[in-house]
Amino acid sequence: MERLWNTHIIEVGFDKIVEFFYRMSEVADKLRQEGLYFRYGPERLPEIIRIPERGTLRVKYGFPIFQKYGVCMDVTNVEQALIAEEAGATSVMVLDKLPYDVRSSGGIARMASINRIREVMDNVTIPVMAKVRIGHYMEARILEALGIDMIDESEVLTPADEERHINKWLFKVPFVNGARNLGEALRRIYEGASMIRTKGEAGTGNVAEAVKHMRTLMNEVMVLTFMSPEDRMKKAREYGVPYELVDLVSHLRRLPVVNFAAGGIATPADAALMMWLGADGVFVGSGIFKSQDPHIRAEAIVLATSMWWSPDIVLEAQSMIDEAKSMMGIDIRKLKPEELLQVRGV
Amino acid sequence: MKVGILAYQGGVDEHRYMVVEACKELSISCEVVNVVEKHSASNIDALIIPGGESTTILKLMKRFGVDEVIRKSIENGLPVMGTCAGAILLAKRVKDLKTGRVLQGTLETLDMLVIRNFYGRQRESFEIDLDIQVLGEKPFRGIFIRSPAIVEVGQGVEVMARYGESYVLVRQGKVFASTFHPELSGDTRLHKYFIEFVKR
Repeated sequence: MERLWNTHIIEVGFDKIVEFFYRMSEVADKLRQEGLYFRYGPERLPEIIRIPERGTLRVKYGFPIFQKYGVCMDVTNVEQALIAEEAGATSVMVLDKLPYDVRSSGGIARMASINRIREVMDNVTIPVMAKVRIGHYMEARILEALGIDMIDESEVLTPADEERHINKWLFKVPFVNGARNLGEALRRIYEGASMIRTKGEAGTGNVAEAVKHMRTLMNEVMVLTFMSPEDRMKKAREYGVPYELVDLVSHLRRLPVVNFAAGGIATPADAALMMWLGADGVFVGSGIFKSQDPHIRAEAIVLATSMWWSPDIVLEAQSMIDEAKSMMGIDIRKLKPEELLQVRGV
Repeated sequence: MKVGILAYQGGVDEHRYMVVEACKELSISCEVVNVVEKHSASNIDALIIPGGESTTILKLMKRFGVDEVIRKSIENGLPVMGTCAGAILLAKRVKDLKTGRVLQGTLETLDMLVIRNFYGRQRESFEIDLDIQVLGEKPFRGIFIRSPAIVEVGQGVEVMARYGESYVLVRQGKVFASTFHPELSGDTRLHKYFIEFVKR
């Protein structure tokens, strides 16, 4: 089966994309040396590196490459993390409460307990991610100091800054951010995100919003490729990002960073659907550990994400699970506007 | 030439791009195919095992019985290049640094001990210029992402590059393993070297 959009075709090498971002910050870099500019871009590297350079753009953009075609699973303890690893997850996201429980318990949702995160980090061999509140620099600094592999600046938690995101260029640890459309995605990339995911509507078990966001984003990318330079300039102003970044996307015909699907994925078929729509991989939140058959469901979703293009294998994956054991889910239309998570952080 | 890439998970597309670029530069016509099921694993001239999560790739490879096919093909002289997770999958012995857990059921074709997550977590991932004699004077940019290390090699394993106390590029017979990511470097020299090696 073919993809709906050929987002996996790479016509420009990884290194050229990295170079693009270094070049973009070159002028600012020079100005900064003269004390004229705030840092909003990657730090430049020496020509020859003889002492290891950490937290470089290649390393930050490279990390999500090795998550591609894989599944990151939300877990709340070591036991669940080990189930996820055993099932073939490519990483785990540690939370205090699954998004579904965040929704039902109400109150303020914050970064997970450090001890819980540390425990998971000590017990699994795959990468460990954790969420911070939008705009919360100090939660992010704490997780960076802890040695977390990737930070999710997430709308699932209650935003700490309602108008600004973290300037992610200031960190050595890579970030993933949610987006509902191309404008949000490019603003996050311009702020230094190394990976984008759809927001979907977390904790609902309803894939509809993730589908909407992925389709919107892909449509907007495709439209760009046919636009005149003047209209792309207009788009860049509308999105609030440099023209060059819009131009790069129209040239690549995809986002310059890895793009996952997230929010409401509950079955292998959901995961395969998102892959067909152009996702590079998936995040599964409440879908696994809010179901009655987490072991087998985790394994089935890994299988369907990796081999989404084969109807036979997706059938095999889907038959491993029992629909009666899927999480109940929530109808998005029954949520009050203030209960929607996706509108946080645009 | 038909180059297969083990395509369950990870940096598959990045390797495909580099193989195509390398073949263009060498003026060799080549076809790149994804290896996922038994039938796609036979009938190839060379195989690349990309980076990714070794536990995930290993699990899927076993599910489809592709590990057996690859093991046999290697015995019959199939040239293979494994990078990062690929190096882990080719190794005879694999251990995780922190948990001490042993990874079992790898392809066990390269006589070496590989330690997973040797250099630390993502925070410790790094770039460094490596000296690789066979690629000439110009250093090769090594990109190490949560990478493993080759700490012991058996007799008959040629060490092609090292970083500190660990080995980062080795060869045994027709099987190559690197713990860094040449597919992210923008430098096609290692891919070209491998393709020319296959051609011979």
